[in-house]
Amino acid sequence: MSLSRLLLPGLIGASILAIFAACLLGSTPMPAGRVLAALFGAADASDELVVWSIRLPRALAAYVAGAALGLSGAALQGLLRNPLAEPGVLGVSASASLVATFSLYYGLAALSPWVLPLAAIIGALIATALIAVAAIATRSVVTLILIGVGISSFAGAAMSLLMNLAPTPFTLSDMINWMLGSVANRSFREIGFAAPFLLAGAVILLASRRGLSALTLGEEAASGIGLDLRRQRILTVLGAGIATGGSVALAGAIGFVGIVAPHIVRPFVGHDPARSLVPSALLAGLILVLADIGVRLMPTTNELKLGVVAALIGAPAFVWIAMRRRALNG
Amino acid sequence: MAELCTHGLSVEAGNQRLVDGASIRLVPGEFVALLGPNGAGKTSLLRASLGLEKKVIGRATIDGSDTAALSPMQRARHIAYLPQQRPLAWPNTVRDVVSLGRYAYGAAPGRLSAEDAAAVDAAIARCDLTALAQRQTDTLSGGELARVHCARAFAAEAPLLIADEPVAALDPRHQFRIMDIIADFVAAGGGALVVLHDITLAARYASRMIWMKQGRIVADGAPEETLTAARMAEIYGVQARVDGRRVEIEGAV
Repeated sequence: MSLSRLLLPGLIGASILAIFAACLLGSTPMPAGRVLAALFGAADASDELVVWSIRLPRALAAYVAGAALGLSGAALQGLLRNPLAEPGVLGVSASASLVATFSLYYGLAALSPWVLPLAAIIGALIATALIAVAAIATRSVVTLILIGVGISSFAGAAMSLLMNLAPTPFTLSDMINWMLGSVANRSFREIGFAAPFLLAGAVILLASRRGLSALTLGEEAASGIGLDLRRQRILTVLGAGIATGGSVALAGAIGFVGIVAPHIVRPFVGHDPARSLVPSALLAGLILVLADIGVRLMPTTNELKLGVVAALIGAPAFVWIAMRRRALNG
Repeated sequence: MAELCTHGLSVEAGNQRLVDGASIRLVPGEFVALLGPNGAGKTSLLRASLGLEKKVIGRATIDGSDTAALSPMQRARHIAYLPQQRPLAWPNTVRDVVSLGRYAYGAAPGRLSAEDAAAVDAAIARCDLTALAQRQTDTLSGGELARVHCARAFAAEAPLLIADEPVAALDPRHQFRIMDIIADFVAAGGGALVVLHDITLAARYASRMIWMKQGRIVADGAPEETLTAARMAEIYGVQARVDGRRVEIEGAV
């Protein structure tokens, strides 16, 4: 019980520490005193530039992108009543980055800074809506995951096609960024363009979270205790689509964070989907900031992509969760 | 007084009529058993009366207002519904699951008002779950789980209860325990409409029996009047010996 009570303060504290650590570490490590001075505007110009223009926005971008994925993952798991549901697994992230890539390929993204986040959100909503429609038609969770795999594969193939046809190496490297997910070179400007969507998605998901608890009983009994099932489906799909779209617009497709964070959080909140939302968001943000610190510190010639690292950690966790689940359900 | 009525209610799926012109009535103080073979349309009738079916002809009303027009929460405060399928997605504690019965009052697990908490505790006590309140539901037996679902339904403090096969797959002792719990609810002023396949059990507890076959209501009345050997043959195709409320099924016709 006391452990559950420490969950939120602990996660908030750890998140702040991790973001601060992200400002300390890098190609030129900076002592804590200088980072603090830079954060509060009392350091020399070069320190301030490193902290405010490079390290802090990058850490914050990783954090909010992760938080949106954790929140969406927890909400989709509640809606589909399945611990394996997640924007990445269900193909939502992949189709968001596909549509975003389209807008890059055809040069639409250059028209307005809003085009890219909107494109990502449209992609995310299409996939989420498909999954939600399939969820009504089929009660089988395996089928849903397979449909997600199908959507992911299709989006991946379409992206490969676009890469094949990419007119310049420049566009090509842009696209790779979207496919693999990265928060390198993000500025507050980009965070600002994703922020309204991240916030809107979060507000929708948090406002409708009580219905996710009701769905614990299954759809039939949930309607019986007073849940408006249709409304709940629409709100969760919309919220998760918008939040995931915002996250993809900021950081590209990053998988599995949305599965790992809720899974760790659940025992601390009594396995209640509604209460898992906020801690899942905080933990997923924390995980991505830590993973991004790892990416930056790893002594490789080409910087690893954040999404690659997340998948390297997350995919085995996904397999583990899936195998344990089978054992439980016989 | 709470009153659930259906007036010539029909339910269609594709070209088939699952329920055909069914009129039933449920008021507090009644223990009504809804009987009929598999596929007779019992579940569809229950769902339609709750306003959960899509293609419905006719009306279902609670206290005179259409159930389909009520908001899900308003409806839930009048009728507690225990569906046939009762999956639990997560291993919550018993108390959290019972707390979901207060959903229609704006409550959520871990966020109960004093009134909600009192209703939840009363429902837990009524179903003899006090010792199990903090247990996770995935550690319970089938009989214990059935009681958890009953407690969840009672936590809503609705005057009426609709239960679809609440004793399916339970051992005899647990069947009696669940039936006793529902009978207590009726004795305390509730009204229950319960789908049952065990005629002996139904005859023992029900104050009224509604018999369905192929989507139609064939008979509706006290067990002493409607439970006959001829009806058992007509509805279920079994040969039975009936003596008042006692039934003995001897085999298929």
